[in-house]
Amino acid sequence: MQAVQILINALVLGCLYACIAIGFSLVWGVLNVINLIHGSFIVLGAYLAFGLYHALLLSPWYAVVIAAPLFFVFGYLLQRLLLNRVITAPVLVTLTLTFGLDLILNNAMIYFFTADYRKLILSPPLGSVSLFHVVVPVDRLIATVSALALTGLLYLLLRRSRIGRAIVAVRLDRDAAVLMGVDVKQVYAIAFGLGAALAGCAGVLMALIFPISPLTSSAYLGKAFVVCVLGGLGSVSGALAGGVLLALVEGIGATFVGPSLATTLSFVLLIVFLIARPQGLVGRKGFE
Amino acid sequence: MSRANLALIVLIGLIATLPLFGGAYALRLGTMACMYAIFALSWNVVGGFAGYPSFATAAFFGFGAYASGVLLGAGLPLWLAVIVSGVAALIAAGALGAALLRLRGHYFAIASLSLVEVLRELVNNATDLTGGGMGLNIPLAAGSGIMADALFFFYAMWILMLATALTVMWVAGSKLGFGLACIRQNETAASMVGLNTTLYKSLAFALSACFVASAGGIYAAWVHYIDPSDVFDILYSVKPIVMTLIGGLGSPLGALCGALVYLGLEEVVWRNYIQIHTGVLGLLIVMLLLFLPHGLVSLRLARLFGKAKHV
Amino acid sequence: MSEILRLDRVSRHFSGLQALREVTLAVNKGEVLGLIGPNGAGKTTLVNTVCGVTPASAGTITFAGQDITRIKTYQAARLGLSRTFQIVQPFAEFTALDNVAAAALFSQGHENVKTAREEARAHLSFVGLEAQAAQPAANLTLAMRKRLELAKALAMKPKLLFLDEVNAGLNSAEVERATKLIHELAASGITIVMIEHLMKVVLNVCSRIVVLHNGRLIADGTPREVINNPAVVEAYLGQQYAQRSAAR
Repeated sequence: MQAVQILINALVLGCLYACIAIGFSLVWGVLNVINLIHGSFIVLGAYLAFGLYHALLLSPWYAVVIAAPLFFVFGYLLQRLLLNRVITAPVLVTLTLTFGLDLILNNAMIYFFTADYRKLILSPPLGSVSLFHVVVPVDRLIATVSALALTGLLYLLLRRSRIGRAIVAVRLDRDAAVLMGVDVKQVYAIAFGLGAALAGCAGVLMALIFPISPLTSSAYLGKAFVVCVLGGLGSVSGALAGGVLLALVEGIGATFVGPSLATTLSFVLLIVFLIARPQGLVGRKGFE
Repeated sequence: MSRANLALIVLIGLIATLPLFGGAYALRLGTMACMYAIFALSWNVVGGFAGYPSFATAAFFGFGAYASGVLLGAGLPLWLAVIVSGVAALIAAGALGAALLRLRGHYFAIASLSLVEVLRELVNNATDLTGGGMGLNIPLAAGSGIMADALFFFYAMWILMLATALTVMWVAGSKLGFGLACIRQNETAASMVGLNTTLYKSLAFALSACFVASAGGIYAAWVHYIDPSDVFDILYSVKPIVMTLIGGLGSPLGALCGALVYLGLEEVVWRNYIQIHTGVLGLLIVMLLLFLPHGLVSLRLARLFGKAKHV
Repeated sequence: MSEILRLDRVSRHFSGLQALREVTLAVNKGEVLGLIGPNGAGKTTLVNTVCGVTPASAGTITFAGQDITRIKTYQAARLGLSRTFQIVQPFAEFTALDNVAAAALFSQGHENVKTAREEARAHLSFVGLEAQAAQPAANLTLAMRKRLELAKALAMKPKLLFLDEVNAGLNSAEVERATKLIHELAASGITIVMIEHLMKVVLNVCSRIVVLHNGRLIADGTPREVINNPAVVEAYLGQQYAQRSAAR
């Protein structure tokens, strides 16, 4: 019984984790940039959902439709105007640059929204349903299904569309893609925009479940790290595998060693994976 | 001794005269300056010489602060606690380095970053030893009176900075420094000429840890109270990188200058824009990377390359 | 003639790809052995396996009487196994002199950089680069960088030297110069294994030739024997051509 409970919870949470990580993974894989703003993008998305609900009574699952284009444009411009200028610089430079950008965005959010925790409370509340004798809140279920849908959408985009194939091509072999006539700058900006859009949408969904505060951004970023490394960089299936594994580890850890050590456990797992299996569960392949 | 090293020593000597000119506030700033210089000089060994983007500085700092805090609580004298913390960090980082430094680029950066997270969570959970999230009170270690206290900790930090600078200068001119430069440029080729890259990288990581941990010890005694979110702040990992980028990668003199410039900027920002100081800090970082990517020494480098063209 | 290097049924695979299949090979002290084969035959993998870059999946390697199958790259270098790279691998920011000094410093157990630099100068002048000693390696021409590789390899006081396509990308005057250097090295008693595509050079320099094809050793003998070996002709030119030339 307890095992089923842990498993179902892990599946539900794992899909959310995958959704948190997938944009981060895309940017890392395609641009070879660790995007430290990712966590703040997610929080900003959550604030957007919160604001839209309170101002217009717009439910978060509709807010996704608004968040996606907004964040895409934001990300696209950020890459084109700033990141692109140092894209060929060593790891240290791109990493520090996104850290600086994150400081700005996070500080701006604290300034405008304060650091207080808020909660998006739907009225009337959605209650909960029973799945295999396990009680799962409906809002969590909706978030999970939406997260899966977003992930699937990205998969289709990369698989079927012209720009998607270009992104995968750049990911696999940048130089060959250039020779094939792919506009790498454009692909970079679009990939970064997609990453931002996914982060924003993930944030909207998180608003359904978790309290909102700029202070939570580093936790989201940490999850994205761990999921990427566990699952393997740059694939949709990797993000899903990593997300579920992380959720399982946290669930089992919380049950048997206590919730406070669960995060530590996940980071220890991260280091172990980095050293023993840096390609992750699903190996290194094209991003699809 | 090269001109840059001489300048470094002279600058450190000048810093020592600070108490002649300033009061308690100046001494507080001076102590911070020495601490930042220790960070930047230390990070430069692994980040600048060996070219590995380490984000572990906060881990070493927090480790040292807590190790010394606990030891001071157990009644050890400050100097001993600080040395023990430094040596413990040296050994631990050396051992960890052998495993972590097999990773390159982003993967190493993330691993070193998670080291900070792991240590913070461990300290948070080891409530019996560290007080957990409640923080740790540290018994007074120095003399009596605000001024005497300030003077004591300023010179403690200064001596540690001097030790760091001398060590880093020695490394830069030694076989170790030469080997680290080889690793930075081409690690495969380095191992091909008989260089034990694992050993060298571990040594670099260990050296980048020990002085930072000792600084953490002095810091803990100085502020009397530490908590995990304070000493394991990821900003402590990023600041030395920014300082070194300001001063120029790989140069000890640059690292010290970068630390001083950075502290000046931080203090100005902190005093004038307390509400948005991290945002302004972020802006500084972004501007620095976009407009002065090779730091202050890049001007001199440009001249060097200009000359090479005419040969 | 005594053996200096022995590979005994050495295999190496990269996930699915079998790069070396049960290669058994002995290299004698003082000889110049040509290692040839079509692209992708496993020549560079063989060198990498001996030098500890990609350890053998199976089999044993013995060097000067010592089992070195599981050796680390830097240990191999210190034992006197040195190599040049097909794609040159200089320390780009270092001067030519420091490149060679690094090789002397870390393979020979020098304690300081200064004595290593003194030694390096001699090797640089042997390969004719003394005029470029103070130039950063990144500024050298390809031919110079190839010679720099050679100087680095020599600074390691090799007992056995692998030359991986030292002539690729060089013009004929440069090839001639490199060939002369190899002759001088061989005369000084260093055992040399060279991977080479230019048959003119191979026939001119080598006393024995082995041929790799699809990771397998398919021929081993004097230059004359090897170039008339039908299996070798087939590996290089395809089956049809081999049959036609045999029928003729």
